Amino acid sequence: MSKINFLKPDKDNLTTFLYMGLFLFVISVIDVFFNSFFSLNITGFLPSSLSFIIPIILGFIGLHFIRIEHSGYKFLDRVNKNINTNNFNAILSLLIIFIIIKATPPILSWFVIDASFAGDSKDVCSGGGACWTYIKVWFRRFMYGMYPNAEQWRINLSFVALTLLGSVGYFATEKFKKYLTLYYVVIYPFIAFLFIFFFISGGPVFFDFSYGIIAAVISIIVGFFIPSKFKFYYFIFVPITIYILLKYFVFYEELIELGKLDGLNWVETGAWGGLSLTFIISFFCLIFCFPIGMAFALGRRSDFPLIRYISIGFIEFWRGVPLITVLFMSAVMFPMFLPADFFIDKLVRCIIAISLFEAAYVAEVIRGGLQALPRGQYEAAKSLGMGYWRMHIFVILPQALKLVIPGIANTFLALVKDTPLIFVVGLLEIVGMLNLAKTNPKWLGFAMEGYVFAAIIFWIICYAMSKYSYNLEQKYKTER
Amino acid sequence: MDLKLQKIIPQLITVLVVVLVFGFFTYNAQINMENRGIDFGYGFLSQESSFDVQFSLIEYDGSHSYFRAYLVGLLNTILVSVIGIIFATILGVIVGVARLSPNYLINQFAAFYVEFFRNIPLLLQIFFWYFAALRALPLPQDADAMLGVFFLTIKGLYVPAFIWENLNVFLYSIIAAIIAIVVIRIHARKVQETQGKQLPVFWISVGLIFILPLLSFLIGGVSLSFEIPKLKQLATTSFIYEGGLSLPPELIALTLSLALYTATFIAECVRAGIQGVGKGQKEAAASIGLNPNQVLKLVVMPQALRIIIPPTTNQYLNLTKNSSLAAAIAYPDLVLVFAGTALMQTGKAIEIVSITMLTYLSLSISISILMNWYNKKIAIKEK
Repeated sequence: MSKINFLKPDKDNLTTFLYMGLFLFVISVIDVFFNSFFSLNITGFLPSSLSFIIPIILGFIGLHFIRIEHSGYKFLDRVNKNINTNNFNAILSLLIIFIIIKATPPILSWFVIDASFAGDSKDVCSGGGACWTYIKVWFRRFMYGMYPNAEQWRINLSFVALTLLGSVGYFATEKFKKYLTLYYVVIYPFIAFLFIFFFISGGPVFFDFSYGIIAAVISIIVGFFIPSKFKFYYFIFVPITIYILLKYFVFYEELIELGKLDGLNWVETGAWGGLSLTFIISFFCLIFCFPIGMAFALGRRSDFPLIRYISIGFIEFWRGVPLITVLFMSAVMFPMFLPADFFIDKLVRCIIAISLFEAAYVAEVIRGGLQALPRGQYEAAKSLGMGYWRMHIFVILPQALKLVIPGIANTFLALVKDTPLIFVVGLLEIVGMLNLAKTNPKWLGFAMEGYVFAAIIFWIICYAMSKYSYNLEQKYKTER
Repeated sequence: MDLKLQKIIPQLITVLVVVLVFGFFTYNAQINMENRGIDFGYGFLSQESSFDVQFSLIEYDGSHSYFRAYLVGLLNTILVSVIGIIFATILGVIVGVARLSPNYLINQFAAFYVEFFRNIPLLLQIFFWYFAALRALPLPQDADAMLGVFFLTIKGLYVPAFIWENLNVFLYSIIAAIIAIVVIRIHARKVQETQGKQLPVFWISVGLIFILPLLSFLIGGVSLSFEIPKLKQLATTSFIYEGGLSLPPELIALTLSLALYTATFIAECVRAGIQGVGKGQKEAAASIGLNPNQVLKLVVMPQALRIIIPPTTNQYLNLTKNSSLAAAIAYPDLVLVFAGTALMQTGKAIEIVSITMLTYLSLSISISILMNWYNKKIAIKEK
């Protein structure tokens, strides 16, 4: 055994240093652990200030002892390389470990151990933990807003149906794959629009909804017999034509009078709310802002100076103002700009406002992609005799959009996170409902639970979206 | 001729559509305003506002004009933005650097922070801090003093106020120190370029910025005392702190959530910037004999900043625009004071909303012009 120098741990006394270091480190961790989990202070016999920092000192010395390069133990080498490269890092690592140990018991007890789950009144929430009963009682309001309880199946059914219809792409066989773009760009938004604006809204317009579905079904069935040459135009024009024909040539009032048909109850958009409204608004704004944004991105790079300046003006205007003032504008200023007898529902106004706002951001993102493409792509397309639209649809946009998937995903994420702002115009989605519920005199004092609940939901949605966009980015990454 | 027409027609059509839409809107607006008996004009700005604002940086009460109220709101917005930007930058740089740390625990901790705060809507965070977290603070009479002078209570944060004597002498000394530092830097650069010697500029600067103001205390007759907030009883159960500075809880909640939220984006910018500097650059710098500090100062940072600054300025802009969410928790910023209260009182929707939007617009455009100028200045000049 060679001489031990405590300031410089070396490989010769490996086992000694290892045992001493581990011993000190484990003692420091155990001290903090007992302190936080069992509120038992092992070092209580020391003066309080010393007892407070003793785990850090012990742990620091311990980590110093085990910092031996090329020890031969794989695990030790990995620990040293990852959390214990030098004194500064060692202290930071220790602090993080201690913070995690310290924070676990209060968080755990608030969330689970002391929390109350049972019952349906405020009385059960007497413990120190969270009152999840509050969430349970108000769950329907948080999900559906003021939508009548008896009618909520309509929202559920719509969302389930739209999810199923949206997942068609995964099950499509090779033969139908080429129609998928058409389906997602034209038919799916059409059906979604019908579902949300007629089925969820209900009232006499329910018949419009059934006409729309009939039109979609008929056109899809007939579509199989249409020669593929005309399919594109067929699917663009025929569903809407059938819909209009049905609407103006079938007189549903007479059917109602005959007692043969009964519409759904009408639920005004002011009563919509909760998480379902978040989804509805995000969905529509997402659908609308993308084409508008694309148009303005192309406009900003157009050869026509007037179109270019108008696009620049549009984009810079919306990017320069906060969303809250845009919503203010849609609420108090926009109705002034319309004819007196012309009324637009406030939900629709909201959707238009948010779509235009986000479209400016989408436009800038897409412009980035367009600029990143090498000139050769444009020149190659032109030399093949392609016109402006042909060149952009088949050559430029597919490549540019691939490049900007992360940017677009970020914009969509921002859109979802911006939806709570609609409280400005009096629409209450989940955060708005929380604020309403916490002022209820029967349920005062549970603001924390509500916000934590909403935060978890939003976090899951946004995190899933960002992970999905990452996967998409990896999938469409092409070597350049 | 044909080509010219082809170029002109689409432009004419677009312009026509835009003009028609705007014409339609103004026509309707005129009719609507006539029907409701509202007249258009900005004359109301000089009228008496007759409403009070909770928190204002300049002297203001109900007898002042609407324009004064607008200024109060604007200054409050700028105050929140500036404080938020300072804290967000500090936190963002720390987290961004921490994400690149070789220490596994630290970079995971930083990643967790970024993923956590980035994916929760800002409005929800503001509500959380204001309605849930800050409401759990003690009442004024139960508050413990932090360091003996700070009081964090449910009614806000009370800090000691500075009471200066001969403040101008102190300020002059600071200005003198800054000028001296600039002169020394220029001189040092000249010395390095002509003689190849390096002067300890950093330590001289630190010394100057401390010593000159210190001298102003000793010789210049400057003195500083603190006014510590004191508890005062208003009624049997109502207490308040008097003296010192008080920061309302709205301001605290707002700056806290803005800083925490924006810091995540700044952290990502910083990370991308530092990662964007090629490894070869550092190795090349080291191989010509620069020490690690010089590598960082002369090679890595200038290149990293070029990548970091444009997106970070964008985040500053976002923070400024997001500060308008203050309206949700009744912090008297531009939107609440002007587009809220003043609009309710006057009913001048078009004027007020347009002024508010123009204010934000000019704020953003001036910052983005500044940014473009800076960008051009530091861009690599290719030959």
